[in-house]
Amino acid sequence: MTPLAQRVLSSKLLGALTAPHGVDRYLEQINPMWAATEVRARVVEVVRETSGEHPVATVRLQPTTTWRGHRAGQYVQVGVEVPGARRTTRCFSISSAESGPGEEFTITVRAHAEGLVSKFLVHDAEPGLTVHLSQAEGAFTLSESPATPTNNRLLYVTGGSGITPAMSHLRTLLRDGYDGRANRKVTFVHYARSPEDQIFAEELQRIAWADNDVSVHLRYGDDVFTEAALRRLVPDFRQTDTWACGPAPMMDLVREAYGDSPRLRTEFFKLSTRPAGTETAEGEVTFAREGSTAANTGESLLEQAEARGLTPEFGCRMGICFSCVSRKTEGTVRNVLTGEESSLPDEEVRICVSAPVGDCVVDL
Amino acid sequence: MTTDTHTRMSDEQLEKFGEEMDAIRQRVIADLGEADATYIRGIVKKQRQLEVAGRALMYLPPAWPLAVASLSVSKILDNMEIGHNVMHGQYDWMGDPGLNSRMYEWDNVCPSSQWKYSHNYIHHTFTNVLGKDRDIGYGILRMDEDQKWHPYYLGNPVYAFLLMVFFEWGVAMHDLEVENLVAGKRSISENKALHAGIMKKVKTQALKDYLLFPALTGPLFPLTLAGNATANLVRNVWAFNIIFCGHFPAGVATFSEEECEDESRGHWYYRQLLGSANISGSKLLHLMSGNLSHQIEHHLFPDIPARRYPEIAEEVREICERYGIAYNTGPLHRQLGSVAKKICKMALPTRRSKATDPGTVVDHKLAA
Repeated sequence: MTPLAQRVLSSKLLGALTAPHGVDRYLEQINPMWAATEVRARVVEVVRETSGEHPVATVRLQPTTTWRGHRAGQYVQVGVEVPGARRTTRCFSISSAESGPGEEFTITVRAHAEGLVSKFLVHDAEPGLTVHLSQAEGAFTLSESPATPTNNRLLYVTGGSGITPAMSHLRTLLRDGYDGRANRKVTFVHYARSPEDQIFAEELQRIAWADNDVSVHLRYGDDVFTEAALRRLVPDFRQTDTWACGPAPMMDLVREAYGDSPRLRTEFFKLSTRPAGTETAEGEVTFAREGSTAANTGESLLEQAEARGLTPEFGCRMGICFSCVSRKTEGTVRNVLTGEESSLPDEEVRICVSAPVGDCVVDL
Repeated sequence: MTTDTHTRMSDEQLEKFGEEMDAIRQRVIADLGEADATYIRGIVKKQRQLEVAGRALMYLPPAWPLAVASLSVSKILDNMEIGHNVMHGQYDWMGDPGLNSRMYEWDNVCPSSQWKYSHNYIHHTFTNVLGKDRDIGYGILRMDEDQKWHPYYLGNPVYAFLLMVFFEWGVAMHDLEVENLVAGKRSISENKALHAGIMKKVKTQALKDYLLFPALTGPLFPLTLAGNATANLVRNVWAFNIIFCGHFPAGVATFSEEECEDESRGHWYYRQLLGSANISGSKLLHLMSGNLSHQIEHHLFPDIPARRYPEIAEEVREICERYGIAYNTGPLHRQLGSVAKKICKMALPTRRSKATDPGTVVDHKLAA
């Protein structure tokens, strides 16, 4: 869509004429790739990266003109309609080099056993599918840019699918000529379960062999992260700008190695830890906005919030009026009326009829 | 007047009854999926097409009646089968922001947030409990014998007519509780936030229908303005009639506050059932009423997608027969006649036979 068309679509007049629904609610009826404010994308290509137990695929997306672009290292929320017509949204790191407004980009996704969205994207996504997007978010970004060049050395320490945001950095550096040649040596260390599980293996090999002063170190299996090994590669790693991303146990070791060094930037993706279905109250309930955490009493989230002196909005207290809908960001809740349990992160629940099962975080 | 009084159900019966209702609910909820999503998306598409067609046809003066008809149907679908149902959270499970109860705003001067409080919460929780459910008479009318008569109510039919014509405004003002302000039970300051919300919504609605779209048709301004106003009027008259048929035909019961204290789940269902009435008719009638022609099923299961009510209705009727509970239904003309009769009758003081218990809690008159 041309910039002029975009300006017309997001004009106040069109907003007033389409009130109260808004321009996008009309445009989507004609073509899902037309939008005034919302961001959607069409799947252009799906490339299988690995095919192990948890296969990985790279999904290339053509976003609507409303996409504002991304900086290397950022992530995007992707909403897909999984079978059953339920739109489910998850965050994925962007794996391609920095994009500009409306430009194509890629996400690289590992199909987790319990991951509805990741499995759908890896196994079922086909060119032509429309997905819903947020704008790019996240601060795990590259500080280098043509506008602010430095001659810092850069170090990446990644594990598993934590390689994705670092790959976006590396691709951006190489594309924009910010490789190691101008005394900006780049060291890239990655830990994978096995060579078969290595994402972007060929591309990394090409980068390693090219004359660009980027050194790539791939480690497999029992060759896990240790401070000593890192010190051998980069003796002054604590004084080196470092981006680390990977599974929790590795991240704990990395943080320990860096101590209180401000040069370490981390990104960490939570895997949902779903406790076994149990009737007894266990775990802790956190009300994130208020910042309090206490033991789960087994009562409904509304009652537990009130017991702590919070005053969330509520109506019927019996699950019919939807006045009390709040966002559960982590954990599992059980619907006290139906016994149905739900573990989706970032899910809207009626807190008057939802009781936490194990640890639970609610945006209250 | 004859009253056919049922024996009230025992606690055990109520519990069994509640369990049967819960079972229906769980079966339908477990079955929600593609078909429901496809249905509501299809209706939204139809509504948008009718709206655009209506606005476009305003440029063709000879097609004015068609333009008004198209826009009227669009507004009715927007308010009833889409707006009312979406705002009940019937489609929240889809995770689609365009069909989410927290985000949907309808083509009506009453702000959705305010309507969700007064309708979803107050009316659906305290259905037909006198003194708590403000939908009984909308604070203007006398619709029940247990509302104390006052000479003011001699104007009942006139007020009802005005409420019908200005229904969307009545619904918006309803929450300001003007009657309680007059009676001194509510202070003006309590209305400040509400008032601001209403004014904001009124401005966007009026700007669109009474200024921008008419202006865009240039010399046809007055014709378009009249067309838009007519479409809003048609919607108002239709919505008023459907809603009044859902709660005020003969045979619908009201309840006292005391009776509903600490009520069981079974009793809650029982009250919803006796407090509502259906309209029998064609598929088109059900669609145009937002399936509120199945007001009984809607009150039993307000958050189940309305397209499911016809299938649920058969089971509910069968259960009602087994428990000997009156299931109030009738064709539109009969329910309308019954409502009109009640509006007129309530204008006059009730001659109550003192033989019946003065604290009659359930008014079990069967549908006329």
